[in-house]
Amino acid sequence: MANLPSNPALRRTLSLAPALGIIGIFMLIPVGIIAVFSFLEAKSFGGVVWSFSTDAYVQLLYERALDDSLILSPGYLIIIWRSFLLAGIAMLCCLVVGFPVAYFISRQPLQHRNMWILLITIPFWTNQLVRTFAWIIILGRNGIIEAPFHWVGILGSDDTLGLMYSNFAIAVGLTYTFIPLMVLPIYASLEKLDFTLVEAAADLYSSKWEAFSKVIIPLSKPGIIAGCLLVFIPSLGAFIQPDLLGGGKNMMLGTLVQFQFSTARNWPFGAAIAMILLAAVVIFLMIYARAARGQQKMELH
Amino acid sequence: MKTMTFFGLMAGSSLIAGAAMAEGTLNLYNWTDYTSPEMIDKFEAETGIDVVLDTYDSNETLLAKMQAGATGYDIIVPSHNFVPIFISEGLVQKVDATQMENFANVQDRWKNPEWDPDQQYTVPFHWGSASVSYRPDLYGKELTSYGEYFEPSENVKGRIGVFKTPEEIVNLAHLYLGQDFCNENPEEMQKVQDLLVAQKPDVVAYSSEGMNDRLINGDTIITSHWNGYSFKGRKLAEEAGKEITYAYPEEGVIGWSDSLMIPVGAENVENAKIFMNFIMDPKNMGMQSNFAGYGGPIEGQREFMNADLRDAPEINVPEDAKMIFSFACNEKSQKLIDRVWTNVLR
Repeated sequence: MANLPSNPALRRTLSLAPALGIIGIFMLIPVGIIAVFSFLEAKSFGGVVWSFSTDAYVQLLYERALDDSLILSPGYLIIIWRSFLLAGIAMLCCLVVGFPVAYFISRQPLQHRNMWILLITIPFWTNQLVRTFAWIIILGRNGIIEAPFHWVGILGSDDTLGLMYSNFAIAVGLTYTFIPLMVLPIYASLEKLDFTLVEAAADLYSSKWEAFSKVIIPLSKPGIIAGCLLVFIPSLGAFIQPDLLGGGKNMMLGTLVQFQFSTARNWPFGAAIAMILLAAVVIFLMIYARAARGQQKMELH
Repeated sequence: MKTMTFFGLMAGSSLIAGAAMAEGTLNLYNWTDYTSPEMIDKFEAETGIDVVLDTYDSNETLLAKMQAGATGYDIIVPSHNFVPIFISEGLVQKVDATQMENFANVQDRWKNPEWDPDQQYTVPFHWGSASVSYRPDLYGKELTSYGEYFEPSENVKGRIGVFKTPEEIVNLAHLYLGQDFCNENPEEMQKVQDLLVAQKPDVVAYSSEGMNDRLINGDTIITSHWNGYSFKGRKLAEEAGKEITYAYPEEGVIGWSDSLMIPVGAENVENAKIFMNFIMDPKNMGMQSNFAGYGGPIEGQREFMNADLRDAPEINVPEDAKMIFSFACNEKSQKLIDRVWTNVLR
């Protein structure tokens, strides 16, 4: 202790150094590389040419015609829109399924809750790819869902419900993969919730719905928002589910980035899309921070 | 004292590593499921060289890794259309295969190929073809043209499988339309795009994996396929009481050939050359073919191949069938391919 510098400013800097170092090395530098690459020119067979260019960002909105004029092209915007839509659907599905689960667990006797939480996290122990493959067996032709229809004879031997290789299958896959990320933060909020407040609401003649919507929901809002973000953000960049369950028919942001770095060999464009994705995530985090601050203010009143 | 032991161990282990290197290591970087363990065992037993295997799943991955400066590999196995890129990008070194003892075993058609005319950089490895495979029991007749694949009739609608590698699928479209590969003509590329966009509603999945699974369970009736992969699928289908046939449509099939190359900066160049010479022995290449399910370039290797593979229709191109080799497209045509692909999948 005696060796610590007496200057408080220096002491603070030194004690923050490990955290700053980690953020710098593992976050700022890689993101910086991506940002720099997105403003360079693409080399023919992968890699970058070190000259400044905004081509990668222009390419997002415009297509270069053969006479080098620029034409507005919605292609990539459609991909971005589809990614947001599917991520949003996955988020809502997770919320609808996850909230009751979290509520149920938080109402269990204390000694049982850890067991339930353990059960929620068990799927995390298996590789995501394997779990996604399992859905092919469930949703696929002659799969677990279809088999009874074949037995009863509603489906002919060569017919299918067509559940696999669709947007539906992608949504199912995303919901399944990310649902623990919704349950856990909501549970954390609900566990701290003082249920005597709900009883108080009932004493004051609120209906069950009013108690739910005016007491439970507002008090668990930080958990709900955190859960929504934790599901929405990775869904936005997901590429295993669209590829395996969606049949790779429609690109999403994650598959688009992968395509640019591998087959299309356009690193700057891939980096530019990654930057757009990052910007979207930062915007959502700022919305969250603002909502959380509003929450704190409300609690102080 | 503890630190002393630790450093002692460190020094010891680095000595061992050094010794192993002197005796011989070969760092082989090859495609997934593409290296016969039996052949590697034989090589290790004969030469005393330890083989360390690492794998990749596409030429693009290999190229990206090499360009990012990956080192520690002594042999890489790019496809013929990527060979000129590796040479022009300065990523590989000369090996001069013609000076190797076993080079005389290479069949004439695989000597001095157009992608390495003087045989300075490559040693030929497996070759094969890409076309379409189908379920004759569901399709009901013989497939003779790509027409049914790109413009499916009623009973195949919605049950088409397509590669996820744009170059190959664009080349199949060119074959069907009677156009040149690596096309730089925007109008002809537009025709390819129109064809693929029109086909899309009938496509179950764009994927270069699991083609056999989807054929066998009936998700697809016709799918783009590689000959060796389709050979494995036919075996699996037979076990399930179904059929898979690899088609040789009248428009032709796309040929490909993989080569062994030595990257710049390889640490064990001599061992790599020993391996190259070893693989050009008929017995060794035959063994390798048995594992990979693809034909090879060595005269006399048939003798050492399993009968079912040796006589398989998938690897024996019929006399009257055309096999057309693709080549590395220049930047302009590559960009057109990428744009077509993005427009199809957006």
